Amino acid sequence: MSLARRIIPCLDTDGERVVKGVNFVGLRDAGDPVALAARYNAEGADELVVLDIAASRDRRPTFLETIRRVAAELAIPLTAGGGIRTLEDGRAVVRAGADKVTVNTAAVERLELISELSREFGAQAVVLAIDAKRAGDHWDVMVRGGRESASRDAIEWARMGVAAGAGEILLTSVDRDGTQSGFDVALTAAISKSVTVPVIASGGAKSPGHFAEIFRDGAADAALAASIFHDGLQSIRKLKEFLAASSVEVRLPC
Amino acid sequence: MKITILDYGAGNVPSVERALQRLGAESQRTASAECIAKAEALLLPGVGHYAALVRALDEKKLRAPLVDAIRSGVPFLGICLGLQVLFKSSEEASRLQGLDLLPGIVSALPSNVKLPHMGWNQLEKKRESSLLTGVDAGAYFYFAHSFAALDSNALAAATCSHGAEFTAVIEQQNIFAVQFHPEKSGDSGARILQNFLRLAA
Repeated sequence: MSLARRIIPCLDTDGERVVKGVNFVGLRDAGDPVALAARYNAEGADELVVLDIAASRDRRPTFLETIRRVAAELAIPLTAGGGIRTLEDGRAVVRAGADKVTVNTAAVERLELISELSREFGAQAVVLAIDAKRAGDHWDVMVRGGRESASRDAIEWARMGVAAGAGEILLTSVDRDGTQSGFDVALTAAISKSVTVPVIASGGAKSPGHFAEIFRDGAADAALAASIFHDGLQSIRKLKEFLAASSVEVRLPC
Repeated sequence: MKITILDYGAGNVPSVERALQRLGAESQRTASAECIAKAEALLLPGVGHYAALVRALDEKKLRAPLVDAIRSGVPFLGICLGLQVLFKSSEEASRLQGLDLLPGIVSALPSNVKLPHMGWNQLEKKRESSLLTGVDAGAYFYFAHSFAALDSNALAAATCSHGAEFTAVIEQQNIFAVQFHPEKSGDSGARILQNFLRLAA
């Protein structure tokens, strides 16, 4: 009996519709967020993440409405983010029904945002999203959708985020994202062993074996994927059955 | 019967409302002493910092009416912080006083495990519990907390373990409380809420 490893589908939206990324470029429409949320909730997803990857100011009310509609379908936790720049932005997504807020670029620019959100909602509600890319002997933090280097070390940044009040880290490998060649085991293990909070691995998932590997060798507490679930390539139920058979503790849906 | 939800500004009030709605239960939010005094059944949700809950109860002058209602036998369900506040105090805000309705204090979970304790975990049933009726022995529930009641396991209906064993379910006459979030725990969580509705009716 112990804490189960979590499987988390992610809905990358343009605020209103789900789009999917291949190395963060070449987006294509992959469905209605509310229908997908209902499907994943029923299939045994442990949480759901909804991101506004366009994150433009004038589309914000549309995204909040999407959060409201998605939250109404869920009996599992919901994390929302994309373009969260201020405490007020965080409040808006929590009020719309998100249990956790994820922050990426804005935290790099102003770490205090993590502390402000953590003081108001508790560390369990604040997820620091880190996009990391291999640079020689370390990993660089990338911002603006993985396009620009922030010139800081990912491990150091993860520790700073946790010290500031983040209760979880959503770690995306920019090198692996969209490649379907498996999670970045070395990156995830390095970050997971350097921080005291749970780490969600993201980027590169395709096969059930990739998930078993990231839990076994990558010390991930949770694993996130998008397109393989949306395309129906991988059912969450079957994935969890595979993991259970591989001695990974998961919550099996009834 | 209507469930009165204490709305002191906690983030999870809407999800609790939605979970009750799905079960066909009627609920109302309140932050008024008068409504608490008239309540048929009370639900105290809570997530975040212990101090936020205790300060809100005091600022809104809800502490006394809440304690009176619980002492007079009104069915009560506390969720997460709503469980923790039943004890004397919490290490998360040691200068503040809890409701002191149950013996014990709330302490930090040990730091040899990842914190917050976040995700789905199982329960160890300690005694017969009406709140757990129909819940499978291996059922998982969603937890999100770093503090817990570690010294009150003798009175627990069920415990959970993350670094240390802690009280996960309380059932003491009309006082029901869970450390996990039933409103976020899928079908198993819905079952807990349904049991409370039945017990409160």
